[in-house]
Amino acid sequence: MSDTFSIDLRRYLRGGGHSFGVWVALVVVIVFGLMRYENFGGAYNISSFLNYNAMFIVIAVGMCFVILTGGVDLSVGSVAAFTSVVAAYLSPFGIQVALPGAVLAGLAIGGINALFVVALRIPPFIATLATMLGAKGGALVISGAQTIAIDWGSNFTKLGMEKAFDLLPWSIFITAAVVIALWIVLERTSIGRTVLAVGGGEDAAGMMGLHVNRAKVFVYILSGGCAGLAGVFLASGFGAGQPLEGIGWELSAIASVVVGGTLLTGGVGSVGATVAGALLLGLVFNILNFENGRGVISLSAYWQMVIRGGFLFAVILLQSQLSRQPKGPQG
Amino acid sequence: MNALRFLTIGNDMTDLIEMEGIGKTFAGIVALNDARLSIRPGEVHAIIGQNGAGKSTLIKILTGVYRRSAGDVRMNGAPLAISTPREAQDAGIATIYQELSLVPLRSVTENVVMGYEPRTRFGLIDWTAAHARTREILARFGVDIDVTRQLGSYSTAVQQLVAIARAVSLDAKLVIMDEATSSLDDQEIETLFAVINTLKATGVAVLYISHFLDELYRICDRVTIMRDGQTVNTHRVAETTKLGLVSEMLGRDASEIQAAGLTALSGGHGEPGEVLLEATEIRSKTGLRGASFTLRRREIVGLGGLLGSGRTEAARAVFGLDPLTGGTVRLSNGAPLDTPAAAIAMGIGFLTEDRKADGIIPDMSVRENITLAMLPRLKRLGAVDRERERKLVQHYIDALQIKTAGMEQPIRELSGGNQQKVLLARWLALEPEILILDEPTRGVDVGAKFEIQSIIRKQVADGLSVLLISSEFEELVEGADRIVVLQDGRSVTELHNPGVTESALIGAMAHHADAPDTKRSPL
Amino acid sequence: MTRTLTSFCARFDPARHGAPLALVVILLFNLMVTPYFLQPQTLFVNISQVATIAIVAMGMTLVIATGGIDLSVGAVMALAGALAPLIFLSNFAAAHPTLGLVAAIVVPILLALCCGVFNGVLVSLLGVQPIVATLIFFISGRGLAQVLTNGNLQTFTHPSFSYLGTGRVLGLPFQGWLVLAIGAVLTWIVARSVFGRQLLAVGGNERAARLAGIPVHRVKIGAYVICSGLAGLAGLIVVAINSASDAARIGNLMELDAIAAAVVGGTLLQGGRAPIFGALLGAVIIQLVKYTLLANGVADEVALIAKAGIIIAAVYLQQARKE
Repeated sequence: MSDTFSIDLRRYLRGGGHSFGVWVALVVVIVFGLMRYENFGGAYNISSFLNYNAMFIVIAVGMCFVILTGGVDLSVGSVAAFTSVVAAYLSPFGIQVALPGAVLAGLAIGGINALFVVALRIPPFIATLATMLGAKGGALVISGAQTIAIDWGSNFTKLGMEKAFDLLPWSIFITAAVVIALWIVLERTSIGRTVLAVGGGEDAAGMMGLHVNRAKVFVYILSGGCAGLAGVFLASGFGAGQPLEGIGWELSAIASVVVGGTLLTGGVGSVGATVAGALLLGLVFNILNFENGRGVISLSAYWQMVIRGGFLFAVILLQSQLSRQPKGPQG
Repeated sequence: MNALRFLTIGNDMTDLIEMEGIGKTFAGIVALNDARLSIRPGEVHAIIGQNGAGKSTLIKILTGVYRRSAGDVRMNGAPLAISTPREAQDAGIATIYQELSLVPLRSVTENVVMGYEPRTRFGLIDWTAAHARTREILARFGVDIDVTRQLGSYSTAVQQLVAIARAVSLDAKLVIMDEATSSLDDQEIETLFAVINTLKATGVAVLYISHFLDELYRICDRVTIMRDGQTVNTHRVAETTKLGLVSEMLGRDASEIQAAGLTALSGGHGEPGEVLLEATEIRSKTGLRGASFTLRRREIVGLGGLLGSGRTEAARAVFGLDPLTGGTVRLSNGAPLDTPAAAIAMGIGFLTEDRKADGIIPDMSVRENITLAMLPRLKRLGAVDRERERKLVQHYIDALQIKTAGMEQPIRELSGGNQQKVLLARWLALEPEILILDEPTRGVDVGAKFEIQSIIRKQVADGLSVLLISSEFEELVEGADRIVVLQDGRSVTELHNPGVTESALIGAMAHHADAPDTKRSPL
Repeated sequence: MTRTLTSFCARFDPARHGAPLALVVILLFNLMVTPYFLQPQTLFVNISQVATIAIVAMGMTLVIATGGIDLSVGAVMALAGALAPLIFLSNFAAAHPTLGLVAAIVVPILLALCCGVFNGVLVSLLGVQPIVATLIFFISGRGLAQVLTNGNLQTFTHPSFSYLGTGRVLGLPFQGWLVLAIGAVLTWIVARSVFGRQLLAVGGNERAARLAGIPVHRVKIGAYVICSGLAGLAGLIVVAINSASDAARIGNLMELDAIAAAVVGGTLLQGGRAPIFGALLGAVIIQLVKYTLLANGVADEVALIAKAGIIIAAVYLQQARKE
């Protein structure tokens, strides 16, 4: 009992305390940016930064739910590519059709993942790897491997360009709404708590009478839906459905979730910290642009991947130190 | 159906749960065959039986984890169809399993209310109300803790009470406790017993599974004895004797047990040789606080003590698994032991307690499992010398009479006793000087148990030294030349054979300045 | 008749017999349907395309056998593939052609081995989950390769180096022989060597392996090092085939192909099994399906969907067998 305190501290850090680091890092980077670059805090930079990163944030939040159950969803990038094509095709009917249509397509692919993982009991890594290939193939098939231009005459274009309430583009408001909604789902609904419990111990959750399979189905469908929405942003942001986009997005999303302090084994994590993780990784690129703009040094854009990898490495080192736990007496 | 019902009501009107003729087979292996159990409201009912008697299987059928292959389950006289843990909970049956079925990463409150959370007007979870309710239930048991913290940050005892709090909050009619006290200290056990009495007073029935017979006499009203997948008998606890219960559990005559002994071991007759291993005041982060013992050639030294007394920890430290923070372990040749590989190289083997988790490589063959620890010795030009390997494996299959379809059979297909023999062969094949045996006969049938004990005795006669850990008192009392008794990670006394009796051992284990007078005799 | 069929079904183990059966079916289908299938050219094309996948898949099999996974193989390929031309096109190589060529092969592979050490140390000593640990190089490795080359496409004419990708031995592509040689060595390692036995033990039950005195950390690091080294070699082959090096494209998505090939070949993701020959078969099956569809006028993208179907079917059959 003598070292109770240190154990408790570690346990605390293992839990919610993980996300502390990402917020500190985010604040540090933002303060650094504000002090060093004149236009960093300007409306244009904020707007374009958030507009570009909206799709990554949405995907990361969906991924967060999957990882909280101890699973993983590798298909999100391909799904976004697929639904961007769907959105582009539906764009002549306006945003009111294109957006729900593309999200529905994402939900459907998420449903396939859920079917594979829950009903066929295929490991999530493999199941979503397969749908990743399938969705990529599907995107190329329906688009004929071409980018599909959106209908510029429809109101679909407003999504990424027109400012809502004269403030920020609509895509940012939609993202914020999704993030808040999912935050409430995770923190305040029983399906959200079940998701956390399943990741914390699937057998125990089952013994407690929780609906384990329902939670798993939910997260895969949700992740698919989030990827579907990201596809809509992709199409509106680039003015076209992009069947070839989305490569490596799943791993960036996983990186955001991990940087946000969510345990990959599941059970602990939060929506807010995941968003912070995604913003942090996005800011690396943003800062790099500004730094190059100053003309003092010139780092190629390729460095951003290296730096992101370095970030991930640092976070992982930190986590692996924290989660070292002394074993208690056994018998 | 009507007739049956009439019969039930006529015979035993007050039964809360009645299980009749329960059968269960796993992949062709019979785990339960005609098991019975009846529980009355407000009683504390114990189930006892050896490992493998079918206690856990019976419980898991009652709680919807397994589906029965045969038989009837009735609750308050009405047929009960339960196929998931959820349905069991909704029917008022709550279970507290040996390995806790809670989620340590989540908060105390969540673990209590999960699945039945109080809601606000908008249908969202009302955490304020949830915390309040959790605090209120825990307060009934005299527990006052921060319910927003992670469950895992509290002691096992508190976690146990949280599990009970969950059961209470679900208005359970029956609370099942599976080895609930196995990891609690004396004071915590007192708290638990008080809680059980509270439950009893409110008309809740408790089904109590324990290895500790004395506890049974303290809090249980009736006891059901199981053996080999069948229910042997049900008694009022007050009308039984310990020896009678043991003989029913083992299926042997009471007088025979007293006369012949329970094991194939007999310590205290050999002439021990020189000192091979000397542990002096060893300490570790895992809970050793100054344990000392020596081991001589041709000697069996038992490590006695309650769960948590540091027996396994001492063995792990000697084997180089957990680093020492103080004290020394000296071998006759003086080399340091800081990894299992080093210990093995110095002629030490360690047969672990948990065969599945720490012993077998399930998908590997009997051959590969036997030679696993001696691969470096079979190495020739980087490859495994197959011919020598086969000869060696065949020798041990014959010598230990391992029942297998052949040395290429995957070990997972073998029975528990034969798996244990394979693991024993793994260590014997190294021709060790010292063998550490942690619960060598746990979970194997009686026949295999005798065989394993005979093998050990023979090896000792041939010069092996054994450090023996066992929760089966007979194994220690009859088998060890000396027993070093551990308490709270310290060695407190040493008993010498011949002449050690079970009561002497129990006395030595239980005697403690802080908590006198708590006798717990595990079976 | 019914009885023989039943007994066949009872003995049919999808993990062991599924892949060969699938291969036979595909071959028969091609013989009947695909035009010019029996031409030598068909063989050459398929061998040179399957070689890199097969090499990486065999290394991946070792890593998966320990219960791990290596997502960084594609990035490591890019790193090695970007580095090699930098070396043999350098002034040093111009001055010392032979030494330059040797360095252009040895140094990138050494670098790849270092990546493997990094992955292995993170996974074993620090206990980081393999997906996350190897994600680091997945993200930054290709970036490093692009930084090295400044993102430029490097083209070259270097017959001795290109032999890796275009040479012929006994009429068959050199890299085909390389695959067979690597396969033979790895099969020997898994089946006969002490390291192989220890590898399978670690994957089968890590705790038990540790208690049996097996140097678990060293074995795991070894698996990652071999896997990365083979990925490095595959990167060199890709560059040699194309006589060009594009850091953005070498080994793109290779991790997925390699995992898919290993899984189709009967590797269990939980670890404890390393069917090297199976991985080879898996790579060949995936390649042949792609080829079959292309040769019969089905678009490349549909082949992706077919690949997805094969993976799901393979794993589902294994899963069904286990339950």
